[in-house]
Amino acid sequence: MLAAEKKLASWHIFVALAALALGASFGPLQALEHMGINVYPALQSVGLQSYYQGLTLHGILNALVWTTFFITGFLGYATAKSLNRPLANITVSWVGFWLMVVGLVMAAVPLLLNLATVLYTFYPPMQAPWYFYLGLTLVVVGSWVSGVGMYMTYWAWRKDNPKETTPLIALASLITMVLWQICTLGVAAEILALILPWSLGLVQGIDPQLARTFFWFTGHPLVYFWLLPAYISWYGMIPEQAGGKLFSEPLARLSFWLFLLLSTPLGFHHQYVDPGVPEGWKFLHAVLTYAVFFPSMLTAFNVIASMEIGGKARGGKGLVGWIFHLPWNEPSFVTQVLAMILFAFGGAGGLINASYNVNLVIHNTAWVPGHFHLTVGTAVTLSFMGILYWWLPHLTGNKLWSSKMALWQAWIWFVGMGIFSNGMHRLGLDGAPRRTMLGVAMENYGNETWTIPLIMVGVGGQILLISGILFFTNMVMTAYFSKEKVVVEMPVAKPYHAGATPVWLNNWQPWLAGTIVLILIAYGPMLFQLISQAQFTSPGFVVWK
Amino acid sequence: MIHVNVYEKWWIGLTTLMLVVFGTAVGVSAFMGGIQVPIPEARIDPRTVAADPKFKDGSLQMLAPGKYVAYVRAQASPWKFFPEKIEVPLNSTVTFYVTSGDVQHGFRIDGTNINVMILPGQVSKMTAKFDKAGEFPFVCHEYCGVGHQNMFGKVIVK
Ligand code: HEM
Ligand SMILES: [Cu+2]
Ligand SMILES: [Cu+2]
Repeated sequence: MLAAEKKLASWHIFVALAALALGASFGPLQALEHMGINVYPALQSVGLQSYYQGLTLHGILNALVWTTFFITGFLGYATAKSLNRPLANITVSWVGFWLMVVGLVMAAVPLLLNLATVLYTFYPPMQAPWYFYLGLTLVVVGSWVSGVGMYMTYWAWRKDNPKETTPLIALASLITMVLWQICTLGVAAEILALILPWSLGLVQGIDPQLARTFFWFTGHPLVYFWLLPAYISWYGMIPEQAGGKLFSEPLARLSFWLFLLLSTPLGFHHQYVDPGVPEGWKFLHAVLTYAVFFPSMLTAFNVIASMEIGGKARGGKGLVGWIFHLPWNEPSFVTQVLAMILFAFGGAGGLINASYNVNLVIHNTAWVPGHFHLTVGTAVTLSFMGILYWWLPHLTGNKLWSSKMALWQAWIWFVGMGIFSNGMHRLGLDGAPRRTMLGVAMENYGNETWTIPLIMVGVGGQILLISGILFFTNMVMTAYFSKEKVVVEMPVAKPYHAGATPVWLNNWQPWLAGTIVLILIAYGPMLFQLISQAQFTSPGFVVWK
Repeated sequence: MIHVNVYEKWWIGLTTLMLVVFGTAVGVSAFMGGIQVPIPEARIDPRTVAADPKFKDGSLQMLAPGKYVAYVRAQASPWKFFPEKIEVPLNSTVTFYVTSGDVQHGFRIDGTNINVMILPGQVSKMTAKFDKAGEFPFVCHEYCGVGHQNMFGKVIVK
């Protein structure tokens, strides 16, 4: 079944894992630097010019490449599987994939040559070569094309099944892709209208405030593009893996619709301390950010209740007894549950970041990377690893090389990230800036309260390295050296209460219309003002040689 | 409508309550307590700030006893704040105007609520009262090139 789709998915996974392998390998080195062990001078002989070149690779390969390739592959495959039919036109998806690969190569070359050490946010007026930006654009455009492949499949299914409710996994995958296509219009505008003409030398200057605003139009919903595939697994698969049922299917659908509606019009929460945005707009986005906390709280309840059903069905009793009856020997399940636990802390931290003036305490401090290593670095990445523990055997027919190693990998990540992230959060509260060689900064302006958390970061980073090695060993061995064949199916959770889905939870028009109206309200006037008052006065700078 | 379990109704209610309480606290502290985020102050041409008399080497002006304005310029390559030292008497209120003539930087003063982005083309303004004696480092918190970690200065309160 779906042999062609399996091949397509495998190629996405291959590129995604290659990116993660290289990208994540810089993490432990950065952590060592924080602890005062600077290996970067030694790395110059292999062509790595600075800590910041490594950090740029780390940010782009992990946060942009690993995620986008994995997710594009996963959403397409999950849609086909969930609608139980092949992709309507798989050539479209292959075109999308190869566009992404070409874009990746175009961006990777200047990164590796130290021509684009601009970090993954590439804030102007730092200026990389034009083909770096074009490459990033092609990665996004490629994923849009794959998205069109998904829509075609959905329309074909809809034609054959005019009355049926879209299955949850397919619906959620489509919503995630729509969200992505809407929100990436921001960064597309930033690159095509502002950065490309300027980096090509066609215009002399750029307006950094305007560019930042376009960037963060995409930058926040981006985190939901990362997170929602994990939610698809938590809602749509984990209940089954836990031996339970999805507690409330209608509320699961509602949360995905709410994410579509709410995740874009709140990008100013990344710009609370930008000089060029008035406080009223910032406060409006703060309120909307609180609103998007809501569907995540719905998710927490629903997913835990679904697991409780599983634990009880497996013989667990009482208020907490069911927890011990969950399948704690199942790597895919355990990995994702540990990801959820750390995500709870990430969510609490996120509420603090979102809180308008409270953000003054932690903005651009080490607290922020401490926070997002719990979210994208764990809730998302560790969940994707957990998904791969069934998905790779499913795609290849090869048995997972070592379940035991996978379980160790998950727990070691959990412990390592707990220590690392706690250290980072503390450093932030003590005023250590992010994106900084903190080992050097410690000598310059650090204080003794940093000493212990810097060691926690260093040690946590090395524990994470061990986990990473175990993970990649397992992937490579499963893909290429496995001897045992297995048939593993995609887990699909059944609803706890059978019953018809209300029409308003299966109907795109009101939600799409609401999304667009909300974006126009939350961004329209301010964006118009920023554009009409733009001053294209900043020439490009190269500050990393 | 959809069926919602009673515990889940409680959960939704408590979530809403929490968000309302937090939101109110934030709003009140900001708009009545005056703990505010930076707001648009002025635009400036980044190509000439390095020659601007106030921003060239940075400057400190006394408006009245205990009331100061400081002009600060952030610079990459070599990485430096101008000025690197700002000395004010105890209990002074200082309003900072900060800008950049090259790339983006950040500005955060230890022990205060001052935390702001520095963007070329924009002047960032924030005010703090210094009611403790001592040295308060200010650091650049946005990546601004390979010397970013060396970019700092201090406010000395006597
Ligand atoms: C092997 C485990 C990892 C370790 C030890 C690690 C460590 C670090 C460190 C020390 C930083 C620098 C923080 C700063 O000073 O601002 C960093 C930045 C970052 N990391 Fe990781 N990391 C790991 C895995 C990941 C993963 C899996 C992701 C995402 C999928 C990720 C995404 C990022 C991003 C986006 C940045 C910010 C880069 C920037 O500010 O431009 N990391 N990481
Ligand atoms: Cu955000
Ligand atoms: Cu800096």
